[in-house]
Amino acid sequence: MGAVVALSGMLDARQVWRGRAMPVPAGEQPTGWAALDASLPAGGWPDAALTEILLPADGVGELSLLLPTLARLSQGKRPVLVVAPPYLPCVAGWQQHGVDMRRVEMVAASDADVLWATEQCLRSGSCSAVLAWPRQADDRALRRLQVAADAGKALGFAFRDRRHLPAASPAALRLEIEAAPRSRVWVRKCRGGAVPSQPFLFPRSLH
Amino acid sequence: MLWACVLLPHLALDGVLRRRANHDPLVLVDGAVNARSIVAVNAAAREAGLRVGQRLMAARALLATFEALPCDHQAADRWQRFLAAVAYRYSSEVSLLPHAIVLEVSRSLGLFGPWPRFESMLRADFTALGFRHRIAVAPTPHAAYVLAGVEDGQAVLFPDHLPRALQAVPTRKSRLPAAAIEALSGMGIRTLGQLLKLPRDGLRRRFGAELLQAIDRLLGELPAGLDSYRPPDVFDLRIELSHEVENLAALVFPLRRMIGDLAAYLAGRDGGVQRFTLRMEHREGRATEVKVGLLASERDAGMLFELARGRLEQVQLPEPVLGLRLVARDLPAFVPAGRDLFDERPANALPIEQLRERLRARLGDRAVYRLGSTTDPRPECAQAVAESAAAYHEPHPRPTWLLDRPIPLRGPAPRILAGPERLETGWWDGAEACRDYYVIETSLGQHAWAFCQPGERSGWMLQGWFA
Repeated sequence: MGAVVALSGMLDARQVWRGRAMPVPAGEQPTGWAALDASLPAGGWPDAALTEILLPADGVGELSLLLPTLARLSQGKRPVLVVAPPYLPCVAGWQQHGVDMRRVEMVAASDADVLWATEQCLRSGSCSAVLAWPRQADDRALRRLQVAADAGKALGFAFRDRRHLPAASPAALRLEIEAAPRSRVWVRKCRGGAVPSQPFLFPRSLH
Repeated sequence: MLWACVLLPHLALDGVLRRRANHDPLVLVDGAVNARSIVAVNAAAREAGLRVGQRLMAARALLATFEALPCDHQAADRWQRFLAAVAYRYSSEVSLLPHAIVLEVSRSLGLFGPWPRFESMLRADFTALGFRHRIAVAPTPHAAYVLAGVEDGQAVLFPDHLPRALQAVPTRKSRLPAAAIEALSGMGIRTLGQLLKLPRDGLRRRFGAELLQAIDRLLGELPAGLDSYRPPDVFDLRIELSHEVENLAALVFPLRRMIGDLAAYLAGRDGGVQRFTLRMEHREGRATEVKVGLLASERDAGMLFELARGRLEQVQLPEPVLGLRLVARDLPAFVPAGRDLFDERPANALPIEQLRERLRARLGDRAVYRLGSTTDPRPECAQAVAESAAAYHEPHPRPTWLLDRPIPLRGPAPRILAGPERLETGWWDGAEACRDYYVIETSLGQHAWAFCQPGERSGWMLQGWFA
């Protein structure tokens, strides 16, 4: 170990492997927000992967962000599953955004069963998207969800509190929603590309 | 006409063996209490030198420890009827013969394929259920029965070939009347070929009409004279455990067998099951019941087993279990789920129906639901758990989250984004409401749907979130 080896020499001799991001298939799952699609490396949600959405509070537009996607998926063959939502989804409100509520199934689960149910739904391969609000999720649990989403080719969405931001996460995409003073969505992590430096300005409308 | 015969030489023993996971020496004994003799031995016992026909006393001298169970003839009959129900899947004409099942297959071959394939399907079914068997096919049921007794796998597919196939069959295996067989061997007639050459008149004079009738049935000159089997409309299977079971894990193996039998029975009658009951029997007639209910009729063994196990895991056993019984009365028609040729789901996907059942089994019967809107304008009543939604489009903005019931909204005065929308309704059922709804923004940037008393702009009650 005495000799100092020049890095450039090793690189030239191909003794050092330089990691490169895997090419990401683009445009499979658009978010429905053109500006957000443009800033994400996959051109939309990472397909068959977990997306983590961090919130400062409830009611800051977390569903509005997803509703265009849910509206599109509810027209498809596979249903959307909502596991243990914190409130009742309002049928009229979801319908106003174009979601077909006949293709949306709610799963009531206790805190202890939320992760199990979410994993089952993701892994089953018969759901297009699974929304979950895990309260007791650690790094391992999220990784399981990520693997399950990959196995079941489903979009997984985990809504968590903003205080989890400093902790690392295995999710393929992490978004943070900021409500005040303006509605903005920050991309905190995205697989397959650099994190955009600018937030996505999130227009909030009532319809 | 073409008849297949499934001979079940070890019916009673297989019925016992199939519900145990271990392979310790085991024999079945029969006879008077003081002169019991062995009627069946399993592989381990045979290796140790135990033989059918041995006295139990002699066997005890050969091998120190083995299990001896009384031969239960009723259980063997039950198994035979169960297997007939399984065979009913392949043919509408199924009959029972001693230790055998015969089924008419000429019309089934068109559906299931030529005989070699048909035979392998039959064998796969019986092997999966754990019953050793011998199969033969012949133009008459009695001939198939005889051929199966001589050699496994014989196939005589054309009536013209039948006499030649029967030529070499020894008379003692011909299943003709026993008295006649003894007399014939005394006469030096050792094969059926020799017997068929004898003049009929002489046979009638010597043995009476009974032997000739049996020969004619064998060759198909006379109708077979068998009663058709009809599968029962209720599935009821009970097994007794060999020892007292205190934890549920030990019930998994017998349960898997029972569910497998249920699935085989359902496939036999081309039906499904929607509800069944598992009864875990304790001492003195006490029992714990577990009811398993499904949303739709199903018959897949793996799925039914998983559901039953899911329900079973939630049960606390009050005392040890001695027996297990599965009763299924609700057996509606089974409609297989339609499969799309261009299915966009991954190859190993679990169908949504099975996912729903799996979630219900663990989380409760009402855990998976859909919401539909009603025509009631009050937010508390505007939606309900429903299969279909009322086709009403709300023109006013509605939130995406709804609270179970309104709660007071505290904090600094919110900013009003839209409103008011007056809801004054509900006079018909006593829960009259008169409220002004606003869309407001809180200091945290949340958009809320809140109401206050008409004309006021304070005392906000939070009804939902525009999330």
